[in-house]
Amino acid sequence: MSARRPGYQLAGRIARHALLAVSATFALLPFVWMISLSLKPPDEIFQPDFHLWPKTFQGVENYRVALTAAPMLRFLLNGVFVCATIFVLQLMVCVPCAYALAKLRFRGRDTLFSAVLVGLLLPPQALAIPHFVLLYGFGLLDTYAALILPWIISAFGIFLLRQFFRSIPDEIIHAARLDGLGEFEIIWRIMMPMSAPALAAFGVFSVVAHWNDLFWPLIAVRAEDISTPALGILLFRDDEAGQFLGPLMAGATIIVAPLLLAFLLAQRRFIDGLATTAMK
Amino acid sequence: MSLTASIQNPIRSVVRRRHRTREAAIGWLAVSPASILLICLLFGPAAAVILFSFTDWQLGAATFRFIGTENFAALWADPPFWKALINTCLYVAIVVPGTVGLGLAAALLIEASPGLRGFYRAVHFLPVMSTMSAMAVVWGTMLHPSIGLVNRVLAAFGVAGINWLRDERTALLALALIGIWQGFGFAMVLFVSGLKAVPQQLYDAAAVDGADGLVDRLRIVTLPMLGPVTMFVIILSASRAFEVFDSVRVLTQGGPNYASEVLLNRLYSESFDYLRTGYGAALTVVYLAIVIALTLAQARFIERRVHYS
Repeated sequence: MSARRPGYQLAGRIARHALLAVSATFALLPFVWMISLSLKPPDEIFQPDFHLWPKTFQGVENYRVALTAAPMLRFLLNGVFVCATIFVLQLMVCVPCAYALAKLRFRGRDTLFSAVLVGLLLPPQALAIPHFVLLYGFGLLDTYAALILPWIISAFGIFLLRQFFRSIPDEIIHAARLDGLGEFEIIWRIMMPMSAPALAAFGVFSVVAHWNDLFWPLIAVRAEDISTPALGILLFRDDEAGQFLGPLMAGATIIVAPLLLAFLLAQRRFIDGLATTAMK
Repeated sequence: MSLTASIQNPIRSVVRRRHRTREAAIGWLAVSPASILLICLLFGPAAAVILFSFTDWQLGAATFRFIGTENFAALWADPPFWKALINTCLYVAIVVPGTVGLGLAAALLIEASPGLRGFYRAVHFLPVMSTMSAMAVVWGTMLHPSIGLVNRVLAAFGVAGINWLRDERTALLALALIGIWQGFGFAMVLFVSGLKAVPQQLYDAAAVDGADGLVDRLRIVTLPMLGPVTMFVIILSASRAFEVFDSVRVLTQGGPNYASEVLLNRLYSESFDYLRTGYGAALTVVYLAIVIALTLAQARFIERRVHYS
């Protein structure tokens, strides 16, 4: 950009910040509102005049109620456990399949890859009824298994990893074979470490999707003690203590915070991960 | 492998063939878990949904019978279904331009100069990462008729407030606002990566031709070069908007009087609230058909883009 007119440039820079401040406010407003309410006593929430910072600080009390009236931490742990298990199982199923599709020759390979591509077309919500019936048949509804099992196969994961594995040169695999490594050793000891960026992208995609998912937990689970965070906040809302806005907002803050903090700590990872998986 | 080579060196050929068989065996072993699960958890269930849609089965009932296309006929004659379909399209029609427009504007502004770039990017991306069910609860309080932030601000300007989520005229609009709020940061990120791919030479060339003003650069270089990304963002945000469920379920459950009913919420209610499985399956089949059509359009577009570039 030319630096001919410094005054013009300064005005442009100020305008840029002013406009971005507006859209940033739009993005941040619900979070600010949520935290503000989570620190206030009930009468202050209902007062006609609004202050961002509470006049009587009731944050400690609100968060205490949120943590004790509903098992908030349990929801978070459930979320961590369910997301981690889903991702590990997805890797165990998808990585060998993606490797075989990318690097091995066998009959039926092209058919299987076409099947994976067709699988990409199926939205998970459309399979909810048969998944529900299946889990009901095995008596698994309202268990962790119900939250995990429908997701352990990911056509998208196979597709993404296969594309990445194809970009790894064959020579590396040949060399490993000459060194006496078996195919499965090659998968876990060579392909996996070399595919760290693709695995990270898929991991971000998978964890964000399942941490935030409401549709399936709402169907598969009723019990409070195995609820994931997205479902847990609704159970808390329908609860007696959740009728009070202060504790309810404190609960929402607790539910939303972990993923947002993880994002702030590893922004590049998250943004790149979600952007690349969307582009595929 | 040529014929002469295999005659000249029969041993190597046998070795290679044995190697091939071993490779194939390992291949089958490696894909077998995934193949079985693809059938049991993806294709089997998809076939089952289609099968269910031709029955009168209700979840929990011991028997069912095939009733042909009766479910689809019932769907065709069901006003709430049409309301849901129209609302979903309306929702998409509001959310997509909002998301794309705001996302593009934010991306252009953020990339215009380096000041606070990382900060703005992170802030705009926060809604994308947030759990929608919890944030929908928060939005519910912001849109509350008396204590909500929106009506408080309106009151400060002397405008009478509206009960946004309970009013037939505004419920869908309010949900669309929430949809834009959650999605525009993601559009911004995709636009930023599109902007980074615009070659600097184009700006230089435009400058040589006398187009070095901000508006000229935007009109002559940036926006045309962003064409493919824009198309991609439109398709992506359309298919995401089409799947709207969380905010509807949490805030309005499709009300008042079906004013904010959308396809996935309808699907959920019929299948799992009223347990009308056959009917829910017919609805699912329609939903599936629309999503597949959208996805194929998206795939075709991306393919074409690859061919041109």
